Amino acid sequence: MSSWIAFWNIVRKDIKAYYLKPPNITWGLIFPLAWTAMFFIRTGGEVEDVLYLLPGVTAVSILFGATSMLAVTVTFEKKNRSFERLLLAPVSFQTLMLAKTSGAILFGALNVLAPVMIALFLTDLSAVAWHVFVPAVFLIAATSTFFGLFIAVAVNEVFEAQTYSNFFRFPMIFLCGLFFPIEQIPPLLRPFSYLLPLTYGADMLHGAVHGGNTLSLTVSFIVLCAFCTALFLVSLWNIRRKWIM
Amino acid sequence: MDEIIVADGLVKQFDAVMAVADISFCVRRGEMLGFLGPNGAGKTTTINMLTGLARPDAGAIHIAGVDCVANPKAAQYHIGVVPDESNLYPELTGFENLCFCAALYGMPKQVRQQRARELLTTFGLVKASDRKFGGYSKGMKRKLTIAAGIIHRPKILFLDEPTMGLDVSGARQLRQLIADLHGAGTTIFLTTHYIEEAERLCDRVAFIVSGRIVKTGSIPELLAPIQGKHGMLLVCDGHDTEATQTLAEAFPEMTFTRQDKDTLRVEADSPILVGPLARSLEAHHVEILEARRVRPSLEDVFVDITGIEAKAMSDKR
Repeated sequence: MSSWIAFWNIVRKDIKAYYLKPPNITWGLIFPLAWTAMFFIRTGGEVEDVLYLLPGVTAVSILFGATSMLAVTVTFEKKNRSFERLLLAPVSFQTLMLAKTSGAILFGALNVLAPVMIALFLTDLSAVAWHVFVPAVFLIAATSTFFGLFIAVAVNEVFEAQTYSNFFRFPMIFLCGLFFPIEQIPPLLRPFSYLLPLTYGADMLHGAVHGGNTLSLTVSFIVLCAFCTALFLVSLWNIRRKWIM
Repeated sequence: MDEIIVADGLVKQFDAVMAVADISFCVRRGEMLGFLGPNGAGKTTTINMLTGLARPDAGAIHIAGVDCVANPKAAQYHIGVVPDESNLYPELTGFENLCFCAALYGMPKQVRQQRARELLTTFGLVKASDRKFGGYSKGMKRKLTIAAGIIHRPKILFLDEPTMGLDVSGARQLRQLIADLHGAGTTIFLTTHYIEEAERLCDRVAFIVSGRIVKTGSIPELLAPIQGKHGMLLVCDGHDTEATQTLAEAFPEMTFTRQDKDTLRVEADSPILVGPLARSLEAHHVEILEARRVRPSLEDVFVDITGIEAKAMSDKR
């Protein structure tokens, strides 16, 4: 019970203090809007294209939203030492870090609202398999958040968190089959695609939106869950090693 | 009194630096122990090990009977920590900060809100309770950080340099609050480089230098060796080294230390008379502008034991 109180209050505090700030809300709207507009214009401007852009824009919105927020907020709290307050609380590291990541997962998932709303306005989404789309969104948000946590533990400064995040995020846009199939990537680079969790998330989204998945949904689901667990456990191990000196 | 903190053979090394070198001590229930030492002596590293923020390389720690090395999270239920820098959340109000800290200890909503209001009243922060912590003055920040440290009514409170950077009235107010907490039965582990503060507040004091505890004792025990000593400060006009030398030769039973350009400290085992000193200095055309009797203090004990001037310790900080 006491762990649950701590968990819930950490999530609530993070949402209030960081995620519901006007700059983050506007960022969550403008960023997907810009991506959608950019690809819509680039692909010739057919309204039906929106359906094929939606998985990519959705995935990239979650990726950037979730990784940025957690990496920056945790690094910021480490820097001003308020994170110490959490480490001093009688709450297990697992609960503590799950609480810290839950807010970011939710924030990442909510970033999907803007592209979905645009698509809903422009095209017919009645064929979308929402029972696949929603879990895919949360799994991408979770892997992106745990990836952000992994970076936050590795760096000391907020600017380092951003730099390292971008080092991984931008290649993912090209390697993970967000806007063009992995088959179009040079064969030499293709193995790298399958090492990145976003590939499986994007494939699930393609499957959910227009039936264009290349991998089995079950395989993608299992691989994403495995990435989540591995990234979380490695981050916990790193926290114990680096933050409890 | 039983022992509520027991540290035995603690060692902590960072690369080539031995931060804490085999220290052992205990703190009794309800006691206030002062941990005194210069910057880099190992005070904060010791606190970090006692509170579960650092793992000792060797040694054992028991907090309220709980093995802190094996189970730091269980030990953390019994402790409150006030770090040397206020580390609450600048974007939350004073009230929200206290409620959040209480929630970390699993306190239910009604209980934590009531406790937060109670502490805001005790610490004179009611009017600022709805203001964001980031806009508080330094003194208010320290007060709220202490309030956050005791929100869950811990048995033990760790205070790391609580009055550092505060103005005189802020520091005085805070000392009174600490004394009140101690009076209410909280065990307090206080680190400070203000020797006077430790002398005024603590039951016992441990001096730590270069990662080792060099002396521990109650204030009367530590002061005992210098209890019979007499001291005087002379503020002189035109005083120089030669005059000090002459005084030392003329009054071998006394010791003379030049504190600064114009001030001379005189110490002796018997009462010091100003007349003979004034006449001797007059022969060197040095005039005494002021003579002030000084009470031997913990600072003298610290200087005697460590060889470190208390002023140098503060300046270094």
